[in-house]
Order: sequence, then C-alpha cells, then structure tokens
Amino acid sequence: MSATHPARVDFVALARDAGAAALVAALLAFPLLGFELDASARGITLNVRLLWVLYAAAVVFVGRFSFALVLRSFGAQLSALASRGGGALSRLLSPTHLSPVNTRYIAGVAMIAFALVLPFLGADRNLIDKATLILIYVMLGWGLNIVVGLAGLLDLGYVAFYAVGAYSYAILSTTFGLSFWVCLPLAGLLAGLFGIALGFPVLRLRGDYLAIVTLGFGEIIREIIINWQPVTGGPNGITGIARPSFFGLEMLPVATNGGTTFADFFNIPFSPDQRVIFLYYLIFVLALATNFFTLRIRRLPIGRAWEALREDEIACRSLGLNPTMVKLSAFAIGASFAGFAGSFFAARQNFISPESFTFIESAIILAIVVLGGMGSQIGIVLAAVLLVGLPEWFRDLAEFRMVAFGAAMVLIMVWRPQGLLSHREPTLRLGGGRPT
Amino acid sequence: MVRGLLSGMSGGGSARPMAYFLQQLINGVTLGATYGLIAIGYTMVYGIIGMINFAHGDIYMIGAFISLVGFMLLAVFGITSVPIAFFLVLVFAMFFTGVYGWAVERIAYRPLRRAPRLAPLISAIGVSIVLQNYVQLAQGARVKPLQPMVHGAFQVYNDGAFQVTISYLQIMIIALTLALMLGFTFLIRYTSLGRAQRAAAQDRTMASLLGVNVDRTISITFVIGAMLAAVAGLMVTLYYGVIDFYIGFIVGIKAFTAAVLGGIGSLPGAMLGGMLIGLIEAFWSGYFSIEYKDVAAFSILVFVLIFRPTGLLGRPEIEKV
Repeated sequence: MSATHPARVDFVALARDAGAAALVAALLAFPLLGFELDASARGITLNVRLLWVLYAAAVVFVGRFSFALVLRSFGAQLSALASRGGGALSRLLSPTHLSPVNTRYIAGVAMIAFALVLPFLGADRNLIDKATLILIYVMLGWGLNIVVGLAGLLDLGYVAFYAVGAYSYAILSTTFGLSFWVCLPLAGLLAGLFGIALGFPVLRLRGDYLAIVTLGFGEIIREIIINWQPVTGGPNGITGIARPSFFGLEMLPVATNGGTTFADFFNIPFSPDQRVIFLYYLIFVLALATNFFTLRIRRLPIGRAWEALREDEIACRSLGLNPTMVKLSAFAIGASFAGFAGSFFAARQNFISPESFTFIESAIILAIVVLGGMGSQIGIVLAAVLLVGLPEWFRDLAEFRMVAFGAAMVLIMVWRPQGLLSHREPTLRLGGGRPT
Repeated sequence: MVRGLLSGMSGGGSARPMAYFLQQLINGVTLGATYGLIAIGYTMVYGIIGMINFAHGDIYMIGAFISLVGFMLLAVFGITSVPIAFFLVLVFAMFFTGVYGWAVERIAYRPLRRAPRLAPLISAIGVSIVLQNYVQLAQGARVKPLQPMVHGAFQVYNDGAFQVTISYLQIMIIALTLALMLGFTFLIRYTSLGRAQRAAAQDRTMASLLGVNVDRTISITFVIGAMLAAVAGLMVTLYYGVIDFYIGFIVGIKAFTAAVLGGIGSLPGAMLGGMLIGLIEAFWSGYFSIEYKDVAAFSILVFVLIFRPTGLLGRPEIEKV
C-alpha cells in the first residue's frame, strides 16, 4: 500500500501511533523502573527515580516513530529485500533446490573445511575454546533435532540427558578410574536408557503433555543431582575428572603412572594449546558423527517412520507402524547423543556441578533447533553461532546480554517464524525426482 | 527459596497424627490456592490459542514486585489501615500487571498467530528470559523482604502439645481465591466476553466470521490471566514475606503442571490441579522429605497422565483424519 504513495507520509498519524507506544512503555516502566526496592540488612526502602520512566517513554517514542517512518518510506523495498534475502538463503541451502551444483553440499563442505583449518589460522586459545563451546551446542542441536525436527516430539528437558552423560563419565572416571574412551559409549548408553525409561510411560501422550513431562524430568534430574550428595557431590559438583587421552597418549605436561605424554611421544615441547586443539577436534568429530548419523538414518525405514509420524500419526498407525515404539526410538537415540556430548563436556571442564544443567540450557538448545529452521542441519550451525557465539563475546555485559538474548529470540521468531533456514520437505516424494 | 520457607511452615513433630494432618491440609490448601490462580492463566491461554505461555510464571513474579512497590508507596503516603492498603495494592498490582500481560501478547505472540506451533513457544521463552533479567537489572538481584502485615490466627484445635492454627492471612487467601473463582466462572458462563472466549477457543475462524473480535478477545484473555497472576503474586508476597526475580520459574512450572494435571483448557481442572499440587507438596514435605517434594509432584503428574492422558477433568480430543 505504501508503495503507491511513496511521497506522502502522514506525520500526525505516525506521531499518534508512537505516542500510544510511549504511553504503554511509560505504564510498563512506572512500577518497576520508576521505583527501586533497595534491600539492606534493616529491611527495604523505596528509591524514587521517575526520570527513568520518562527516559523509557522517550526512547520508545523516538524508536517507534523513526521505525515507522523508515517502514512507511521504504517499507515495500525493505520487506521485499528481507524476504528475498531470507528466501534466497534458504533456497540456496535447501535440499529441494534442483540446480546442477548442489549449493547446500558446497556450503556444508566449506563449513567443515573452515572448522578443520581454524586452529591453524593463527587463532588464539581463547577463540578455539569458544569454538569448542559452539561445537558442543551444534552437537546438542543436531541431537535434539532428531527428537524435535525429525520425529516432531517437543522435548523441553533435553539437558537432563546431557547431565546424565556428564555425571556418568564423572562418576565412572573418579570412582573406578575408567578412561574417557570406555566411558563415552557407556555415557551414551546410560542416557539412552534414561530416555527409554522416561519415554515409555509418556510417549503415548499428545505433544504438549510430553513437553511438560520432559520439562519436569529435567528439573527432577537436577534435584536428584543436588540432593544425592554421596554420589553426585551435591551442589559442589565433582572435581578432578580425568581428561581424555589421544590413543593412550596423555595431554599433560608430566605423564601419570607409567603413561606417555603426547608431547614426549612426538618429541615436541609441551604446551597447553595442544590440549585445547585436541579437545576442539574431538568435539568436531563427535558433532560430525551426529550429523552423519542423522543424514544416513533419514534414509533408513526408521528415519522415514519418524518423519511420517511427524506429518500424520493416524495414517502411520493405519499403515501398521507402532507410534509408541517409533517415538521411543527417536527419543532414546536423541538422548544418547546428549549423553555423548555430556561426557565430552565433563572431560573438557574437568569439573561439573548442577549449575551447568539448568532449564535455560534446554531452552537454548531448543531455540537453536527452532531458530535454525526445524530439520535443517546447516541452520542449526548458524543458530548455534548466533545464540552461543555472540553472547560469549559480550560476557562483560552480564544481564544486559541476557535481556538482549531473550529479545533476539522474540525478534527472530517474529521476523522468521519458520526459522532461519526453513524446510519441512519430506525426504521422499512419490512420482517426482529424488530430492536431496 | 520456597523450600526454606515451607520448612518453616510445616513445623511441629508428628506426635498428634490427626492434628498434624489437619495443619498440613490447611497449609496445602493455601499453597494450592495460589497455584490454582496462576494455573488459570495457563489453561485459558492454552484453551484459546493452544500455546504454552511460558512467560506466565514471570508475569506472576512481576505481579509480586509491583505489589511490593505498591505497599512501599502506601507507606510513603502514610496509609496504614490494612484493609484499605490491601485493596489499593490489589487494584494497583492488577492494573499494572495487566498492562504487562497485554504488552507481552501484543509484542511477542500476536505476530505469530499463524506461525508453526513451536514459534510462539520459543518467543515465550525469550519473553521469560527478558522479564527475569529486566527485573534483575531494574530492582537488583537481592531478595526483597516485607514486614508481616496481617497478624493473628484462629485456633482450630488445641490439645496442649500441638495446636492447629489457621492464620487470618490464610483465610484471606482462600476466601479471595474462592471469590475470584466464582466471579470468573460467572464471567465465562454468562457474559458476552465469556461467550466470545469460548467461541474463539472452539474455532477462531468461525468466531471471527460471526462477528467476534478474536484479537481483542485474546488480548483480554491475557490481561485477565495476568491480573489473576498478580493476585497470586500479591498473596505470596504477603504470605512468604520475601520475593526475588527468580520466583516465577519454579512456581510457573508447578502451576503449569497443575493445569495439565487438571486437564488443560478446563478452568475447574486448573483449580483442582492447583489444589492437588499444593496438597501433595505440603503433605510430602510434612511427612517425607522436603528435598524431593518437586519430584513427588511431577511423579504424580506422570502417573495421572498414564491413566488419564487428558488430565483429570480434560475432555478427550477427537482426532480427525
């Protein structure tokens, strides 16, 4: 509409609209920004700072006014640009794009190549540490994608399985001295078993009931970890968890009882960087394995069944699929990947405590999957970089960072409700050419 | 945080089984009343737009903070009469919390009316993070105490060793909850707003074709939910005497559990579920261990859902091909 009258902007209407927004902002700000409850040892006092209400209203007025002005003047061009940009990005990387060169494939290979050479690009330890953290979330996102993206089950307590994996390794390692490579499959297995134990009674429920039960399960696991002091160390956590070794070579300055260190074996001087880079490549391989597994299992009958079930449960049942078993397998497999990631996390941190496994972690992982565009493997990488990487760089801003983080989640959803790279295309189609 | 407070109120030994039971019952009903009020907000929103309003627990937290600001303001103006102060703060908190409820819906949920199912949920989680950290920034992370305002209690039963009491505050909470429930049931059953809400819950497109302003109905639903949460926030501020920016999360989960337990979308179900969760918590921490009271509440939820997949009072969904 605005495209037909580009020159005429009704300033009065704009000002009225911005004024209404400013009024709401003032009402919102009045009780919580206008007064401060100052708690001290003697009780609380009330500090009045009504000027803040004025600031909030002014900021909203100016913001709303200029935003509307820009939108009125260039609205048509902007929205076209935005939708073309987002659409092009998603077309470029979506598997149904039938071009002679598979751009999605190229993007994937480029990303892997970049991740491979990153430690040799002169990146410092700090950066590689952050990249390792991002890769943990990429792996968790890919794992949760099996449950949410492929099977369409809403899991709000994914972090519980991550915690099971982390504590399995920590307890097995500190109590029985088992090595990381023995514990890794065990941790995945245990997390998977927890997934089955939880999933069996509740997976016959419909979507949103499952959400609340998984959410509750996440809190239960955390509460058990906090209260079961003799085994889990309670709120203090577990310290001194052994680091993983490289084919039996330890990443330590001095070898422990009879072992050989990585540095000695290759006759190079020891540096802590070696361990950081080793951990980086380790999680890189683990994450890639998750991705590879997902891509392959989508072509197996079980993967097809997951996607079919997501699309139409009744049709699946009439075709003889057992919905509970199909869902249970997705749930358990997703959980075991969280278990793998968890045991890596424990090995990397050297120390774990219940604080690492709060609900906010589950929310971040789910947000990564949904923001990335459900079912899109590359979208998850982008969303993980955005949601985990960016806030890491702004750590000093503390709560401001979290406000911006939450606001970004809202804004991205409002801007692209279907996710950054959306595709909900079936892997297989009747009649047509072969997608993917 | 609530854990420490609960231990204080459970008190006493189990020397007199009957009296102890009665005391836990009173405590549980009080706790359940607040859960029920918050659960109504969840169940109404779910009934009308099929979405888990994750930020509702934080709206309750905001209600608690606004109530506390209201009490402090009245103290500045020198109004000390408890009934008048209580009434004024109730109005103050309900109004401003209602504005929060409206703004959240307008900004974060309305643009997502036709979006995929998970989009509003992520948006709601985002709102929840924003609200928590906003309050932490604006009001500081310290817990905020309030001197007890309503003193005194009835003695229900006394045998010298153990006395069962019901405090005036507990009576007030239960009575106010009952009154709100009655008023609310009336609103839904007999007013045009209630009819519009029920119509929009059944079929939004059809309702709008028949002249119901669906967007406004949904907005009002959010405002009402926020107002009830504000009442719960006010009562909890008075009852426990301390609040902080994090109280919304766990109470929100409990209230949502209550809504699911009672059958989501059903208003009497929300109240029943709230009562049950309150009672389970009070009895569990009174008789077993205070550490695992949340585990108990969730285990009973899972147990109920296995046998009644739609909750206690929920109607089974008819699946269409």
